[in-house]
Amino acid sequence: MIRLQQDPFEPGALLTGFSAGRSETGAVVSFTGLARASGGGVERLVLEAYPGFTEAQIGRIAEAARARFSLQDLMIVHRVGEIAPGEAIVFVATAAVHRREAFEAADHLMDYLKSQAPFWKKERGPDGERWIEPTARDISDAARWEQERGEAP
Amino acid sequence: MARVLLFGRLSDVAGWRERIIDPAPASLFALRDLIGAEDPALAEALGAKGVQAAVDRVIVRGDAPLGAGAEVAFMPPMSGG
Repeated sequence: MIRLQQDPFEPGALLTGFSAGRSETGAVVSFTGLARASGGGVERLVLEAYPGFTEAQIGRIAEAARARFSLQDLMIVHRVGEIAPGEAIVFVATAAVHRREAFEAADHLMDYLKSQAPFWKKERGPDGERWIEPTARDISDAARWEQERGEAP
Repeated sequence: MARVLLFGRLSDVAGWRERIIDPAPASLFALRDLIGAEDPALAEALGAKGVQAAVDRVIVRGDAPLGAGAEVAFMPPMSGG
């Protein structure tokens, strides 16, 4: 399930719902990303998406992870609009028979969401606004999955 | 008719986010030139490195024909989630 939403969400409630009724699942892993104040320099994050297109692109990222890690299920909830420091901005959960696949799939999903998902992010602070682009770290985090795959026997 | 959408800093530069262009130009490049002709700052921003275009929600590289009622989006480098 992939969902973009303006309203804040409660990660614990999402995890409870995702974990319920899974008699054939051995592992559920979840990740929650929070908006940071960055030492007071950020009062609001403003996230813009392209409705329809953004969900479709995230769907492609999700399908790649689902196939690669033999996931039983996954959930991605992402905020759009204005987000205050301390609020959850993204929630990812994965379900698999064994924990390794669930851990790695969540890590993989986040690396691709951070570097390739079609969002445009602006930080608003006391000194004005600035647009954010993926950091070198975000790009290299995603690239390591390509390398691991390339080096596999 | 074509519906044009600008994202990220492109809409800040242009001062608009969405516009209907009627009649629609025959191609993506003709549309880009048309909206850039009346706004040099936007023309420069649209030509910047990493700006991508999508026609009917499919990324296109290079020029592309525009059908009736096409939705054209210009997207600066994505920030990621």
